[in-house]
Amino acid sequence: MSRPTRRRALRGAAALAVGGGALAALPRTTASAASAAAHEQDGPAPFDEVYLGRRIQGRSGGGHHHHGAGYTVLVDGVELHVMRNADGSWISVVSHYDPVPSPRAAARAAVEELRGAPLVPFN
Amino acid sequence: MTVRKNQSALTAEEKRRFVAALLELKRSGRYDTFVTTHNAFILGDTDTGERVGHRSPSFLPWHRRFLLEFERALQSVDATVALPYWDWSVDRTPRAALWAPDFLGGTGRSVDGRVMDGAFAASTGNWPISVRVDTRTYLRRSLGGGGRPLPTPAEVDSVLAMATYDMPPWNSGSDGFRNHLEGWRGVNLHNRVHVWVGGQMATGVSPNDPVFWLHHAYIDKLWADWRRRHPGSGYLPVAGTRDVVDLDERMKPWNDSTPAELLDHTRHYTFDTA
Ligand SMILES: [Cu+2]
Ligand SMILES: [Cu+2]
Repeated sequence: MSRPTRRRALRGAAALAVGGGALAALPRTTASAASAAAHEQDGPAPFDEVYLGRRIQGRSGGGHHHHGAGYTVLVDGVELHVMRNADGSWISVVSHYDPVPSPRAAARAAVEELRGAPLVPFN
Repeated sequence: MTVRKNQSALTAEEKRRFVAALLELKRSGRYDTFVTTHNAFILGDTDTGERVGHRSPSFLPWHRRFLLEFERALQSVDATVALPYWDWSVDRTPRAALWAPDFLGGTGRSVDGRVMDGAFAASTGNWPISVRVDTRTYLRRSLGGGGRPLPTPAEVDSVLAMATYDMPPWNSGSDGFRNHLEGWRGVNLHNRVHVWVGGQMATGVSPNDPVFWLHHAYIDKLWADWRRRHPGSGYLPVAGTRDVVDLDERMKPWNDSTPAELLDHTRHYTFDTA
């Protein structure tokens, strides 16, 4: 098996496939929509850029997990699992033990670590 | 009784048997179930929600239980094997015998981070990276590549001196021994070692690198050292804490043991030092 199984998925929480960066089309549960809306007021800014040849995007809301602080990061359209720490710093599953200041910095760190390799969807 | 030894004190025969048991667990598919479990908790443990394996007081008993499970699996292959530990404050360079071809193999080549020697090099065909977050199927490392050196004995000592096990809010923002050992705060011990090794060790699927077990066996030993140094300090919190494993609560995914039951490691193994 090439995909790590998530505990949230095991619990049957909303686990929705992400593809092609079709973020706006993703359905959400009421609860995650509410928490995303709450985060949108004080969350980090969205971004969309090409970094070292990879398209990285970040937006408030969406995401198919509750623990990304209502923020979704994509690398070439595939979701990168990110997490916000209590002090406001960020990590991703690709660089899990090395917090950086923003989700954009987490996306850039992931691109550097990946050296061109595609992400594997994690759901 | 299982005796966990410093990796630098292992005989050639002990290294050979340890490596052979790892390869057999890998071949049978059992090894990868441990990688999957670890990543599930890495992804699921959050500072504001339920947290069990990481960024929480149960970081230490959870990994103790996880390592016990893994050590028992190794021993089902070869009953003489015990988990060794890596004291990275002493064996702190890529030239340490730990990274020699007869043990874990060395750092990765610069072009793609691929480990080229030892039993876990992709070229052997014996160590496919199957549980992964990207498409690369070979073991990678970049020993010391991040620039920051491994923790020093003085830094370890400064954390062992902290008398309180853990504190509210019981997460990556906490003061106290657990979070300083885990590394989200302060001089940063455990997290920094993951980053120093690089490759899969820096990701959620870190148990793909066998050094994961030697790193955590030493973190586990530091917990034992801390308990001896602070006999009046216990595991915290004791009861009634939302999203956090209290002293007498059972831990997922096993649901068969509590932090209280895991405090005394000598019921399961001892260390080669006093
Ligand atoms: Cu862990
Ligand atoms: Cu760890």
